[in-house]
Amino acid sequence: MALNFKSYDTENFYDELIESSGAPRPGARILVERIESLHDGEIIARQKAAEAAMYNMGITFTVYGSDEGTEKIFPFDIVPRIVEASDWEYIERGLKQRIHALNLFLDDIYHDQKILKDKAIPEELILSAASFRPQCVGLDVPQGIWCHITGTDLIRDRDGQHYVLEDNLRCPSGVSYVLENRQILKRTLPVAFEASRVRAVDDYPARLLETLQYLAPDNLSSPTVVVLTPGMYNSAYFEHSFLAQQMGVELVEGSDLVVMDGFVNMRTTRGFQRVDVIYRRIDDDFIDPNAFRADSVLGVPGLMDVYRNGRVALANAPGTGIADDKAVYAYLPQIVKYYLDEEMILPNVPTYICANKKDREYVLANLDKLVVKATNESGGYGMLVGPHSTKEQQSEFAALIRKNPRNYIAQPTLALSRAPVLVGDHFEGRHIDLRPYILYGKDIYVMPGGLTRVALKKGSLVVNSSQGGGSKDTWVLS
Amino acid sequence: MLSRVANSIYWMSRYLERAENVARFIGVNLNLSLDMPAEFGEQWEPLVNITGDREQYAKRYGEPIRENVLHFLTFDRENPNSILSCARNARENARSVREIISSEMWEQANHFYLMVKDAAANKAAFNNPHDFYTAVKMESHLFDGITEATMSHGEAWHFLQVGELLERADKTSRILDVKYFILLPDEQVLGAAVDNIQWSALLKSASALEMYRKHSKQISPAKVADFLLLNREFPRSVQSCLGRAAYSLYAITGSRRDGFSNSTEKRLGKLLSELNYAQIDEIIAGGLHEFLDGLQTRLNQVDDAIYDSFFTLRPLTGNNTHLTQEQ
Repeated sequence: MALNFKSYDTENFYDELIESSGAPRPGARILVERIESLHDGEIIARQKAAEAAMYNMGITFTVYGSDEGTEKIFPFDIVPRIVEASDWEYIERGLKQRIHALNLFLDDIYHDQKILKDKAIPEELILSAASFRPQCVGLDVPQGIWCHITGTDLIRDRDGQHYVLEDNLRCPSGVSYVLENRQILKRTLPVAFEASRVRAVDDYPARLLETLQYLAPDNLSSPTVVVLTPGMYNSAYFEHSFLAQQMGVELVEGSDLVVMDGFVNMRTTRGFQRVDVIYRRIDDDFIDPNAFRADSVLGVPGLMDVYRNGRVALANAPGTGIADDKAVYAYLPQIVKYYLDEEMILPNVPTYICANKKDREYVLANLDKLVVKATNESGGYGMLVGPHSTKEQQSEFAALIRKNPRNYIAQPTLALSRAPVLVGDHFEGRHIDLRPYILYGKDIYVMPGGLTRVALKKGSLVVNSSQGGGSKDTWVLS
Repeated sequence: MLSRVANSIYWMSRYLERAENVARFIGVNLNLSLDMPAEFGEQWEPLVNITGDREQYAKRYGEPIRENVLHFLTFDRENPNSILSCARNARENARSVREIISSEMWEQANHFYLMVKDAAANKAAFNNPHDFYTAVKMESHLFDGITEATMSHGEAWHFLQVGELLERADKTSRILDVKYFILLPDEQVLGAAVDNIQWSALLKSASALEMYRKHSKQISPAKVADFLLLNREFPRSVQSCLGRAAYSLYAITGSRRDGFSNSTEKRLGKLLSELNYAQIDEIIAGGLHEFLDGLQTRLNQVDDAIYDSFFTLRPLTGNNTHLTQEQ
């Protein structure tokens, strides 16, 4: 029997490929027909071939705490996720607006703090945040841009509406998987790919380089750009080296750089060479032991001084973490309104801020229904998924919230949209999200695609790779 | 290029060449065992001696018997010079310079490691050792070919060459040394025939038998030593390796070939000049084993000098921390 979608059940969720009637959505028709026309076992063979290709290419991430086989391939599903052109147009518009507003917010927060003086958002919310960096107050960043690279997580509810789940303005990762997934899908489903008129993502590295070069101090004809990595044992090392390779720039570690005579230099076989722009994939905390955590051995002592003097550019700017704080996120409609005088295009998931008494009481009374998140954690850590939790876990979180309400927010459990995934010899629906990548240079660019993450465990809503998630190629149609 | 990157490239190619040569050592011994008169049995101690890991082996395994020596040199994770460790280290170094080398090179380094790792898991290697050790050599050759065909012959490539060629020179000298360690009764008792067979096996393990035959028809110890040490055309001879290593070294620094600008050029240049004017009878008169021993020591000194000349740039401020790698 050839694989088909006849017995595929959307189970009352919004499915990205198949309508509840069982028919493929318009944009997915070519793909579905193509898959169903493949003979017995072909799709399974192609899935296996794709996995083998990833393994041989070393497209892996590091799993902490195990010895042999410390690298795993990021689980990958062969059925692409499809985004219709009209949906994408909406998403793109919404993301551009969002990033524009967030950048203005960052510049204001680290300068005049007008938004706080005008009481558009509560002052203590910002000043109490661990991600607010006093070291960045008064910083005049190159071109006035703070968040050069952003990854924003989107989800879709049962009714088909897109919501922003969270923004990642620090060191968002995953874009290399988008590019590699695409390479593999072009090989495995070339016919459907070509016929579906999918928009290209392959020029991302070139655009990233342009974005970085735009930040270089003036009067440099060919600035030296580098990617700064914590090293090869970091879980995202593959991505760091991939991006450096694709941009044709040096991949450096902290120990390769040294501050001398007011500039950042790298150690080369022919002596010291000046560095002008650093795409840093090291968190603020570790980037300069003189300015942030003194025990960091990953960073470059004195880097912040050079940065402050405008003699090196950093992307993203330090301090951007305040803009993706989950409590600040809740105020995004006010932030957009304040700086742009516009209504927010892409809505947030409704959010309860535990620091507010009324919200807190509601959250504590409804822990079994809500998703509770720590405001400064990412990667699916520090999280309670109410409907899937035990009484003990709920009371544990209740205590945590009472002890430090500023640290928590809660959101209703959304029925995340699903997409078909190859499970054994048939397709089953699994929950997914979408992380598009946005570059802010001369203008704001949203890559037409993104990382579709899949919760591979049946019924699970957690898509993070550290918690058993996988990925799919994302086809934005033109 | 970054000093750290140059260091990683240098070691990536050294480790790959080392893995290949350990396979060659084992190959020569497997061949020799087949050709030994039964009463002398198999000799595995020489292998542990020539790789320079004798103490480590004795501490952990005791007597050098076939299974243990093969395991120690092939799959032992704790032996930094086992084929598995070399393949892993080569790949880790390759991984740290992925953005510098071609993706084909990285995939081959990755493939090499995965092949050895899988072989370690299923033990098939010991059932058919010839096939496995041949596969190891071929993986390494494939890497060389891919490198030649896909990487620009710039500074990084020259560092890669220096690493590979110094390693190969060292290992060819050790292959030649195997004969010294093999316990044989007097030639009169054994007969020259067996001796010749052994020299042939030795040439074979350096992939040198056919090329040697074109060079000199008869097999004699002096001529074999001459070929593996001083021949200028054979790509595994010590002379040829060091000549090309020096070429790459001078390409990196841009110095004049008749002088030196750092200690690496000085040491390698002197050693090469001595080989240029050496004759095999003089070497044998002074003791071949002693000569090889001295050669290996001087190659280590060249390696030390490379480290000082290129990989440890002394900053004017801050601490200079670096990772050294096991040789």
